[in-house]
Amino acid sequence: MVQGIVVEYRIDRRSGVATYLQIVQQTKQALRMGLLEPGDRLPTAREVVEATAINPNTVLKAYRELEREGLVEARRGLGTFVRATLGTGPADSPLRGELADWARRARAEGLEREDVAALFTSVLKEHFEGDDA
Amino acid sequence: MTRDGIALEADLLGKKYGGRARGWALRECDLALPAGRVCALVGPNGAGKSTLLALAAGLIRPTEGTIEAPARERLAYVAQDKPLHPRLTVADTLRMGRELNPGRWDDTVARRIVEGGGFSSDTLVRDLSGGQRTRVALALALGKRAELLLLDEPMADLDPLARHQLMGLLMADAAEHGTTVVMSSHILTELEGSCDHLVLLHGGKVRLEGPVDDLLAAHTLLTGPIGDLAPHTVVESRTTGRQLTALIRREGPVEGPWETSEPSLEDLLLAHLRTTEGASA
Repeated sequence: MVQGIVVEYRIDRRSGVATYLQIVQQTKQALRMGLLEPGDRLPTAREVVEATAINPNTVLKAYRELEREGLVEARRGLGTFVRATLGTGPADSPLRGELADWARRARAEGLEREDVAALFTSVLKEHFEGDDA
Repeated sequence: MTRDGIALEADLLGKKYGGRARGWALRECDLALPAGRVCALVGPNGAGKSTLLALAAGLIRPTEGTIEAPARERLAYVAQDKPLHPRLTVADTLRMGRELNPGRWDDTVARRIVEGGGFSSDTLVRDLSGGQRTRVALALALGKRAELLLLDEPMADLDPLARHQLMGLLMADAAEHGTTVVMSSHILTELEGSCDHLVLLHGGKVRLEGPVDDLLAAHTLLTGPIGDLAPHTVVESRTTGRQLTALIRREGPVEGPWETSEPSLEDLLLAHLRTTEGASA
């Protein structure tokens, strides 16, 4: 467990993505990357709005959504805490190893970075069609 | 006194000025702003924004109708020209704030806002830049620990960095104390993201009012072949060749050959302003 503020949100007002959703997505990304772990406290609404100048209700809406998905829990008077991790994060997982092997083969066969990314995206799309982003 | 849970309420409010500026500055204004909201008061120059704020602050009397706001000691009003005593130092100005608001004054907040400006508290108010005066005026308003903050064009004199910083402090105050804030601007982008309630004034009338999320969800942007849009209310529509582009207020689901999307707040405001342009001129 880390003391102090563990994540910082970057709000892009021109992205076309609703502000509360940006907070939800960035929190999930931090969970996937292992930057947030169970027991960590998310910044308070006050801390987030002072840094970003967004409306406090937007932060609360994002935290409610994360709570609804079971990723965090609000503890009265204490704050909002991480409950779960996301994805297969650890760097040494077998899935990551297989993907690394695959990327090496793709490169050896002469594929460029963009070709690999396009291939990966199309497979992702095929297998996760209709799932939430 | 205001109703429970309502911080500011106007009922058929109107203000007519005599003298050179004569005419109705505001007419038939109805609104109810729930406590704890951060409200953007937007509209072109001359729309009636400053008049509405001055009426809410109790500085001028309505010609007709009523407006209900918290008592004078529980609201803070920052006028567009940020009136302060030019011969007082910044420190004396804050001391005055403390003495005028016994039992309420929050010195920590006031100091914090002033200290972020990078000028000495021995500086005379008359030697401050426009942006620095705004900072001192906001420090006085927030130090007062008011339930309702009425801010007339608060960000107009500020550079982007100071604007972001002060807006952050305002939002932090709202988060911590549940302060209701009404801020006017003729530039929507200054307020977008910080506000969860909207009042659009144009030609002295309220053209649009409500929670931002509800207003956005009630409207749809639609493009496609020209056709009958009934039963929806058309806010604005344009045709180019065989294509129709329209902003509608929905009555039930949209059924038809059109592509639909949720408008941005700016789409919504521009459409409402353009359609009322003729009516109010």
